[in-house]
Amino acid sequence: MPILRREDVAHVAKLARLTMSESELDMFTKQLSQVLEHANDMNALDLEGVIPTAHPFGLINVVREDQLRACLDHDTVMAMAPDAEDGRFAVPRILGEAP
Amino acid sequence: MRSVRQIALEVQSGESSALSVVEESLAQIRARNDELNVFLYVDEEGARAAANAIDVRIARGEQVGTLAGVPVALKDNLCQTDIPTTCSSRILDGWRPPYSATVVDRLLRAGAIPVGKTNLDEFAMGSSTENSAFGPTRNPLDTSRVPGGSSGGSAAAVAADMTPLALGSDTGGSIRQPAALCGLVGVKPSYGLVSRYGLIAFASSLDQIGPLTKTVTDAAMALEAIAGHDPLDSTSLPEPAPSLVAHVGDGVAGKRIGVVRELIDGADAEVVASVERAVEALKEAGATVVELSVPEFRLGLSAYYLIAPAEASSNLARFDGVRYGLRVDGDDVTAMMEATRTAGFGEEVKRRIMLGTYALSAGYYDAYYGQALKVRTLTINAFRRAYEGADLLVGATTPSVAFEFGSKTADPMAMYLSDVFTIPSNLSGEPAISVPFGTGEAGLPIGVQLLGPGRSEGQLFAGARVLEIADGRP
Repeated sequence: MPILRREDVAHVAKLARLTMSESELDMFTKQLSQVLEHANDMNALDLEGVIPTAHPFGLINVVREDQLRACLDHDTVMAMAPDAEDGRFAVPRILGEAP
Repeated sequence: MRSVRQIALEVQSGESSALSVVEESLAQIRARNDELNVFLYVDEEGARAAANAIDVRIARGEQVGTLAGVPVALKDNLCQTDIPTTCSSRILDGWRPPYSATVVDRLLRAGAIPVGKTNLDEFAMGSSTENSAFGPTRNPLDTSRVPGGSSGGSAAAVAADMTPLALGSDTGGSIRQPAALCGLVGVKPSYGLVSRYGLIAFASSLDQIGPLTKTVTDAAMALEAIAGHDPLDSTSLPEPAPSLVAHVGDGVAGKRIGVVRELIDGADAEVVASVERAVEALKEAGATVVELSVPEFRLGLSAYYLIAPAEASSNLARFDGVRYGLRVDGDDVTAMMEATRTAGFGEEVKRRIMLGTYALSAGYYDAYYGQALKVRTLTINAFRRAYEGADLLVGATTPSVAFEFGSKTADPMAMYLSDVFTIPSNLSGEPAISVPFGTGEAGLPIGVQLLGPGRSEGQLFAGARVLEIADGRP
């Protein structure tokens, strides 16, 4: 079972879009290691050939008739946005230099 | 406060008005909420309007539902149109959902009256309600102790007589554990029995909504009202709501009860003693008892603390400052999202997101998440084997009575271990109920847990009712 290093925690924080202070990195490295260590008891098992369960009752896709039906009002949804412009979500620049 | 059943009878017969019941509930909330921090939002106006509407219908001689006039508290991860919904997180502070959860619509249809939203561990992640961004809830039975969690506010609302009924959600024990710690009945239904539409997701393959009440009959009435197929939840079971209240009095004569060592070992002596007395009571009521060992249940905790965070890390990716809730500015879109999430999520939520992201990340997926999914299969198979020799299983709900504030917050693993008896049912998707049975240290309540195969809620209520009577609540 791999050992969790401080740089792994920093990498995972980046993937999860979370900024970590130095002290948080130390704390999470220690605490997450404890949980993963506890999970090591699973590695003692022979799980060869066991089918993984992602869902308790074997989820099957559910489809409905492709028909128009009522949905949330556009203005209602846009009113919840922290920033909107012309009926669209407004965000800071995504690509390239700022104008 | 009177029971759900009593209130519904009084309101239906015209003996009490729905408005007078709601006023009683609101008065009790006003009297105790500052001290206990149970409700994050109280909808006084909406509750009175709903009560008036019920009273008008009764005056006209119209039929009202099975929960007519019953005030209900909603865990604040359940959406109700235009009512602030926070998940006890700063990231949703001030958000008002544009739609209601199916359970809320069904409660309203049954005549129940939502009075407000209750505190929880942020995004339902925790076992003490200490992880709320809006401060902890106090246990009404001993204010130096936690009410349990994550549905701690919902449990406290019922225990403090603010409402006779509350809804919670249970991903790893979040209904049953607070029910046990506050002396209530708490039900985690079969996965899919109750629609999750409008429940803000924590771990979608484990989450279920269920009731917290003072009596077994009340819990059966509430579950009957909210259960049944919902086209808006693709994981909803196809059948209509089962009849449950009719089975409360069925008893356990001839039933085989499996006493599971792994659902008792490690619990405090007073908890073990309560379970043993509960087993005796079931025997006296005509059940036969078999001793069982299901070692897979112990592994469940390890699997759970990888599967639930993995699903959470994915579900909580939607909170990015774009469409709703908090936004903290940044120079570009990534910086904005990172600043928003860093400011919006509390420590425990970050811990779970980190754990889940790691367990799903390239190179570790097979070692952690993949392994956990296989252990989930072993747990399900183990339940199946257990139910070959038993109709119901019995054990403790929690290892101890309600603990004191701060006693487990420094050590996440210690907090996680308090869910060890409740997690197996979430992994298998099968129902379980916690019912108060006896008391321990300082007179605090102890919960005994009954577990059954999928769709066996009727049997569970019958068993729980036997225990309720044996514990002196006829």
